[in-house]
Amino acid sequence: MNKESSKTQPKKSMNGAQALVKCLENFGVEYIWGLSGGAAIPIFDALVGSKIKLILTRHEQGATHMADGYARVTGRPGVVLVTSGPGATNTVTGILTAMMDSVPIIVLTGQTLTSMLGKDAFQEADISGITMPVVKHSYLVKNTNDIPRIIKEAWHICQTGRPGPVLVDLPKDITSAPFSGESLDPEMDIPGYKKDTPSPHKADIVKMAKFFKGKKKPLLLVGHGAVLSRAGAAIKKLAEKLGSPVTNTLLGKGEFPETHPLSLGMLGMHGTAYANKALINCDLILSIGSRWDDRINGNNNEFCVDAKKLHIDVDFSEINKIVKPDAWVVGQAREVVEELVKLVGPLDTADWLKEMAYYKKEFPLKYSTNNGLTAQQVIDTCYKVTQGKAIVATDVGQHQMWAAQFYRADKGNHWLSSGGAGTMGYGFPAAIGAQFAAPNNLVVAIVGDGGFQMTLYELSTVFVHKLPVKVLIIDNKYLGMVRQWQELFFDNRLSGVDLEGNPDFVKLAESYGIKGFHMNKPEQCESVMQEAMNYKGPCVIHAEVIKEDNVFPMIPAGKSAFHMIVEKPTAKMEKPSGST
Amino acid sequence: MSKLPLHTISVLVANKPGVLVRIALVFARRGYNIDSLVVSPTVNPKFSRMTITAKGDLETLEQIIKNVNKLIDVIHCGEHPANTVEKELALLKTKASPAVKAFVAKNTRKFHVRIDDASEGCYIIEQTGTTAELDEFEALIRKYGILEMIRTGKILITRGKETT
Repeated sequence: MNKESSKTQPKKSMNGAQALVKCLENFGVEYIWGLSGGAAIPIFDALVGSKIKLILTRHEQGATHMADGYARVTGRPGVVLVTSGPGATNTVTGILTAMMDSVPIIVLTGQTLTSMLGKDAFQEADISGITMPVVKHSYLVKNTNDIPRIIKEAWHICQTGRPGPVLVDLPKDITSAPFSGESLDPEMDIPGYKKDTPSPHKADIVKMAKFFKGKKKPLLLVGHGAVLSRAGAAIKKLAEKLGSPVTNTLLGKGEFPETHPLSLGMLGMHGTAYANKALINCDLILSIGSRWDDRINGNNNEFCVDAKKLHIDVDFSEINKIVKPDAWVVGQAREVVEELVKLVGPLDTADWLKEMAYYKKEFPLKYSTNNGLTAQQVIDTCYKVTQGKAIVATDVGQHQMWAAQFYRADKGNHWLSSGGAGTMGYGFPAAIGAQFAAPNNLVVAIVGDGGFQMTLYELSTVFVHKLPVKVLIIDNKYLGMVRQWQELFFDNRLSGVDLEGNPDFVKLAESYGIKGFHMNKPEQCESVMQEAMNYKGPCVIHAEVIKEDNVFPMIPAGKSAFHMIVEKPTAKMEKPSGST
Repeated sequence: MSKLPLHTISVLVANKPGVLVRIALVFARRGYNIDSLVVSPTVNPKFSRMTITAKGDLETLEQIIKNVNKLIDVIHCGEHPANTVEKELALLKTKASPAVKAFVAKNTRKFHVRIDDASEGCYIIEQTGTTAELDEFEALIRKYGILEMIRTGKILITRGKETT
């Protein structure tokens, strides 16, 4: 028997769980993140002695974010294994996070016996029903012999086309029963999934290229689709050939290096002033794998009204959803841009670039060190000390926006953030997943004091696996972003934002056996940061920053970039029309 | 409320569990009210045909069709092609009376109606036709009193060689 067929040939005495694990091994799965429970015991049992390393997390949400972080860094699916009922429902936030940001993860859930389904059995939850709106696809396995086909389909579906989470619900009797299928590598049966990797239509690209002719103020907008298809090199070629400035969404960070002279950094609600000025004044905007999210276009009626709008997206349903483009191409960003660059010529953008240089000089990102330690200083110092080379995972809130502004990314898969879902508690476990994916890379989790406390128990996971993750806690003792809104739009009537009772984060870290650093003065910042980043092993850096700082620039939700404010307004502001 | 246009959407799906729920979720999330929904087998036992009529604006319909098409178990989804034969079947229960009997007899040809059952003083009248024809007959027979009514919802198929 040759090696290949021994891989796909099931063993005689295999059960469903063993067939499942064998299939995952055959796909080259390195890690499974998860937490056990009754209904999942057969699967955990099958992992004993497997090549796959099982990483026991302290909560199922942490497991999903770790798989997500791993997937964003490697481009390979992250796999999660949990039990039924509450174990399964605890993954919902992580599944939503992966869905909103198009991240390939596979969530395997244990389930009660098939004979007990729908009878309120102990730890029964209809998890495939609960998650239906937030998965790319899902399965409830009813036949042991279907396991290899379903796993193969899940593996294929989650990472092709527009990636996303796939859930596989596995009743205990199905994983326990003998496997009598013929192959571990059967044919897939997904006749409706033809659109896995759409080839872009040449004619659409030709049509799109024509719009560039004679334009003087082009703008390239890089989104997560560019990162997912690794379009960076092609975009660089296109930008340099056109002489076009480039801006990026929160999730598009780094795919076009933010240190490149043509980069304007992030645009949108808390984007740079110059990126938003470019948005107002451009005569052509090309979205490369961005879905014109409401964080960047605010008010659709005022969005780039005078500019030709071009859209590249792998997902046809994104075309016309928010913005009606003048031309569009459905396809992988990299493939499309590689073709497009051949069809366009240099544009006369000298004046446009001068205008951008003026805005960069006039409205730079800035902070003061005179009134105490600020989050901006901490993050800027982190950027400088790590020379911009760290993989950064952020949580959600003010620190996330400051990190996006001050930690300039040069690689798309070196920036991890929950963009679409805005999931607090994402940053730290995502950093752990990233460290598993890139064991030799410096990984920094930049988190707030609020979000960190939602998933901090994964300090155990870091300790057990000796992962040298650096956790930078920006502690302003508030849910800062909401406090900022309440200050600016709700007469400073603070409600539900004061995080009194925060723990001593250094002692907390030490109680997990992890080194803690502390800083609360501007003059300490650099030396503490140096020491912490050079520390061999995991550590927590507790940065106590001034409490009532605000993120600027800011465009109130529901408004266009015209309404951007770059510093604290003196007059009262009207309540924003956008949702959040 | 303004009158929203009625659309007929034809969906070819793989016979997999949960496919109906997934499709219904796409409609519900975007505020589309489903008026009727027919699921029926096709000549290939692996696939089923859903014929859905629903009310809503065109822009949302475009999003719905694209998102239904994205579902893994959906082979094809589209607003129905113009060149189709469409039919619906209704069963109407009325009190049995000579007047109703005469009325049905008079309209047998025009509306394709007939009395299927007469028991315990009730008639069950069967009608096949287009949705518009069913609506029209219902309005006419209303004056005799309708005790109960049930309709299958619209089904349609394209004319000629083109598949639906």
